[in-house]
Amino acid sequence: MELGFTDAEIAFRAEVRDFLRASLPDGVRRKMAEGRRLDREETVAWTRTLNARGWAVPHWPVEWGGTGWDPIRQMIFRDEIQQFPAPETVSFGTLMVGPVIYTFGTRAQKERFLPRIARLDDWWCQGFSEPGAGSDLASLKTRAVRDGDTYVVNGQKAWTTLAQHANWIFLLVRTDPVAKKQAGISFLLLDMATPGVSVRPVQTIDGGFEINEVFLEDVRVPAENLVGEENRGWDYAKFLLGNERNGQARVGIAKARLRRVKALAAASLDGAAPRMADPVFRRRLAELEVEVRALEMTQFRVIAAEAGGAEGKPNPASSILKIRGSELQQATAELLMDTLGPAALVAHEGDAPSGYDYARGGAATYFNLRKLSIYGGSNEIQRTIIARSILGL
Amino acid sequence: MNFQLSEEQSLLRDSVERTFARIYGFEARGRILGSAEGWSREVWVQMAELGLLGLPFAVDDGGFEGGPVETMIVMEAIGRALVVEPFLPCIVLAGTVLRAAAPALRAELVPQVASGALTLAFAHGEPQARWDRADVATSARRVPGGYRLRGRKSLVIAGGIASRLIVSARLDGARTDPAGLALFLLDPAAAGVTRAPFRTQDGRVAADVLLDDVFVADDHLLCAPGGAYALIATASDAAVAALCAEAVGAMDAALALTVDYLKTRTQFGVAIGTFQALQHRAADMFVALEQARSMALLATMALEEDDARERAAALSAAKVQIGRSGRFIGQQAVQLHGGIGMTMEYKVGHLFKRLTMIDKEFGDAEHHLARLADALAA
Repeated sequence: MELGFTDAEIAFRAEVRDFLRASLPDGVRRKMAEGRRLDREETVAWTRTLNARGWAVPHWPVEWGGTGWDPIRQMIFRDEIQQFPAPETVSFGTLMVGPVIYTFGTRAQKERFLPRIARLDDWWCQGFSEPGAGSDLASLKTRAVRDGDTYVVNGQKAWTTLAQHANWIFLLVRTDPVAKKQAGISFLLLDMATPGVSVRPVQTIDGGFEINEVFLEDVRVPAENLVGEENRGWDYAKFLLGNERNGQARVGIAKARLRRVKALAAASLDGAAPRMADPVFRRRLAELEVEVRALEMTQFRVIAAEAGGAEGKPNPASSILKIRGSELQQATAELLMDTLGPAALVAHEGDAPSGYDYARGGAATYFNLRKLSIYGGSNEIQRTIIARSILGL
Repeated sequence: MNFQLSEEQSLLRDSVERTFARIYGFEARGRILGSAEGWSREVWVQMAELGLLGLPFAVDDGGFEGGPVETMIVMEAIGRALVVEPFLPCIVLAGTVLRAAAPALRAELVPQVASGALTLAFAHGEPQARWDRADVATSARRVPGGYRLRGRKSLVIAGGIASRLIVSARLDGARTDPAGLALFLLDPAAAGVTRAPFRTQDGRVAADVLLDDVFVADDHLLCAPGGAYALIATASDAAVAALCAEAVGAMDAALALTVDYLKTRTQFGVAIGTFQALQHRAADMFVALEQARSMALLATMALEEDDARERAAALSAAKVQIGRSGRFIGQQAVQLHGGIGMTMEYKVGHLFKRLTMIDKEFGDAEHHLARLADALAA
């Protein structure tokens, strides 16, 4: 057992931080700290900065632009990005469809899509959920019927994050209507400029627009855009969702938010006594710091096990990351909002009065992050996984 | 002890609930929120026609002499329908101050308020006060024929749309001294008044009010030092009780929507309400709702309590329970709805937002818990 980082890992952390300091525009960093949404252009520019440094897709195979870092370096890199705070790359490409393509795709698909994901030439979105298929994803109804060398797709996808920015979507579609649930599903790649694709933005309760409905009406998808084998899409989806889970601890983001809470609480907002003077407030902050450390240590264990080559069998502790990660994101956002006091009432859209800039993103982030315990397999589903798969109940 | 509504009170409840069900559906509300004004004068007039706007005023002044229970009934219905029109600031808060005003002012203003022609807002909070009712930096200076006011009032609900403002200002004493405060009636069109309007997170209209040497004539002094702080406290207490009732209405609606959703949403081939984990969550929401309902009743009863310490303790206890129940029910209502709960296109998310913001008005749960804790040491 060797707790703690090596000198080389500590030096690597410093190297990442120096790069972020030198490369990330201040305005973007401020937006990240305040929980505001970035413009498409800002995300593209930052992804290209990372890509120029060779760091856009560190976890990918070296052949396709990866860095060859071990899981611990990958984690250090992610942690530094999150707590800076700097934007992460668009996960639908780099964490979701990218690994599916380099693992299951054809040579032609890899050459065509992977470099464009790393540069964010293509912005991908995820066409999994449907109005009737949420937690029960395998009940999806979107149909794809083979017609010569194309598939004809009809159906509707829901909760499609940032589809308004995307030009490609990866889809789970039903190709065998007779087979039982999981067995008849395929994984297709679709150019969103194809006729028959329409996108309707849906406003979320924080006032923003990030989710969409995607309608597919007689959309023709070339058969060469099928990933892997027909009717094996559920396997690829499970692989994708398994990759998604490790990214959900978001310890660095929680740390960055608690840092902002401390700065706000130490200041005399509008001339009121600093919140930090209140022992009850300090206690609540301390409690959250304890919980974040515990999650961070759990994450270290999961990643160290991965680095030690115990892959294949999922580490029981990794199931904790989604549940605790989302809960701590929500709890830190709640504390931040509560730190603001009555100023949390102000909506920062349009004509907010001057003097409340410090409250920007407070309540809106709290509202927005309720999604974290819903998406990517709700926390109820996660608990069922723990109970069934780990505890054998 | 009797928690039954009287016949008149039941009639009031039925007519208010029925009216909002008819005129204040989710889509109608959406149109009001989306309008440039942000509230509906038409709805306001209909509320006046129901007698709601004259509810707390004396019959002799042109009102209906309703008490705390009547206000509770109206506020609960407002919470259920998510009504954004300014009943709380205008009728509960400003109304409480107006009831104590000089006969001439009452005779002039109450009939106009009750008819919906005149709206009032209560401009008391300040940026630095953080719910401390005595913390007033806005100053009032005696000048011939009246006073001159200078300061900034913050987060005044309906402050941008009100035709008159009730403003607290300090004639004397240190910034947090309860003594030395006075209340004034202000025309927002007066020289030196600037209003910076904005929307709250839950879509209501509000404003910051800047007072730059604003002249107020002697006859618009509503309450002189000596009685002003007590009147501010009475109005704020009434607002706390009213907010508790509003929250109960919103929680009740959120739970009803959630239970309905659990019964109708199917996944894995069954209604999701058949899963025991979700049943237990809904049961916990019900417990939280009923605890909140009990405390909203306590808060309403406390308004007629003479002992100031008892009254303060009951109202703070109620606000703590409301804050906690509201947070739990709001969060879980969204969670159990899943994605649809996250959208502006469905009511439950709006209920969640309103419940979150109720905690931020007149002291959040932590604030009131600290008051209760301080009282233990006193």
